[in-house]
Amino acid sequence: MSATPVPPAAPSFSTPAVLRDARPLGIEFREVGKRFGAFWALRRVSLRIAAGEFVLLRGPNGSGKSTLLKIAATLARPSTGSVVYPGAEDQDAAIIKARIGLVAHGTLLYDDLSAAENLRFFGGLYGLADLASRVEAALVSVALSDRRDSLVRTFSRGMRQRLSLARAMLHGPGLLLLDEPATGLDQQAREWLDRTLESLHDAGCTVVMSTHASEAASAATRTLWLSSGRIVRDTAAPASAEGVAQ
Amino acid sequence: MSALRAAVVIFGKELRTEFRTRELLNTTVVFVLMILILFSFTMDPTAEESRRFTSGLLWLAILFAGALMLFPSFTREQANDTLDALRMAPVPAFAIVLGKVLANFAFLTLAEWLMLPVFSVLYDVSLVRVLWQMLLVFALGTLGLAVTGTAFSAVAAHARMREMLLPLMLLPLLTPVLIASVEATAALLAREPQFDLTWVKILLGFDVVFLAATYLVADALVEE
Repeated sequence: MSATPVPPAAPSFSTPAVLRDARPLGIEFREVGKRFGAFWALRRVSLRIAAGEFVLLRGPNGSGKSTLLKIAATLARPSTGSVVYPGAEDQDAAIIKARIGLVAHGTLLYDDLSAAENLRFFGGLYGLADLASRVEAALVSVALSDRRDSLVRTFSRGMRQRLSLARAMLHGPGLLLLDEPATGLDQQAREWLDRTLESLHDAGCTVVMSTHASEAASAATRTLWLSSGRIVRDTAAPASAEGVAQ
Repeated sequence: MSALRAAVVIFGKELRTEFRTRELLNTTVVFVLMILILFSFTMDPTAEESRRFTSGLLWLAILFAGALMLFPSFTREQANDTLDALRMAPVPAFAIVLGKVLANFAFLTLAEWLMLPVFSVLYDVSLVRVLWQMLLVFALGTLGLAVTGTAFSAVAAHARMREMLLPLMLLPLLTPVLIASVEATAALLAREPQFDLTWVKILLGFDVVFLAATYLVADALVEE
């Protein structure tokens, strides 16, 4: 007689404790353009995002969302214009970087390190105090504490994405940039992401997120629509996907 | 965070990753040993011939193995865009390069330590009398190779035909290191071993100059 298979227990997510000490950081684009060869990915974008705002970036593929996020994350330099960070005590690159978190298309994780090793490594680079407890809290918050010692290469896409979120939030960023973070997440994880972003926003953290889906964005306060490297609409409150056509 | 402290953190990550997979170490050690063994079979040198010629063979093997080992330093950071994560960390760009230089130096040194006893047996050359001097020459030569190779692997990582580009850029530039290392090693392998300080100073000078140059251009090396 064969035993009835028992479905695995659903992971429980919580709001990362590491986010509670985040100090909000704003960002301002001044006439920013970005050129790749002859192609302009961004064209004279001027934009001010105040500390504590929750902004959604929407637009079709190739509209410039990821480029805008990369520039905001200090990973790319504008070809024209400049970017400043209101709310930062200094515009020094290291100080700014220490207050930014990024969830990108790539996981930004090492496949041959375990989940805990990845977080310890990045926490070490940020010079975080109480690293062990922060890592543990971050792993618990993304429901990966039972897989803390498993290599990332053994993780599913959704688990990698959750760990990627934990990595981005580990140092308590004041400005969290997310490039389609719901990709690969199941419904439960999307709901967790939504709650996490909401609690982040409640704590005053600035959130800028590009997304195709509307599920994980109920806390958004503003939506920017991009097309061909330009901001074509700037609306208050989250907007649904039909706005693209408008 | 200071560059040195950040470099140590990155160095630790590189060691952990490499000792877990052993991809680079295994390949490099096997490659170097194969060259030494094949050359000894084809030439079957006497002890006297070994003293005269094998320092060149030894360093060419290390140079080619180094080019092989150094290439993935930055390209493997592209797999999950982890280089972006490093660049976003509040650490100097030089710390990223230095961490990788230290790791590559450690891997190459380990490969050399495994290679030297085999070389000694196959080519009938005793290294016992000059072991410390030999290790110093190897350390200086290897540091030159690691610094230059790591810096150029960062450049090659962004280029097309990068597998070809690194050796093409690296090998001519390393000619001074090769000449100085070969001459210093040959002097140590001679019937009357000599620790030739002139070549050692040249190696030291090369290391200092290229480390300083890497420090100055580190931002450009790791940026997009």
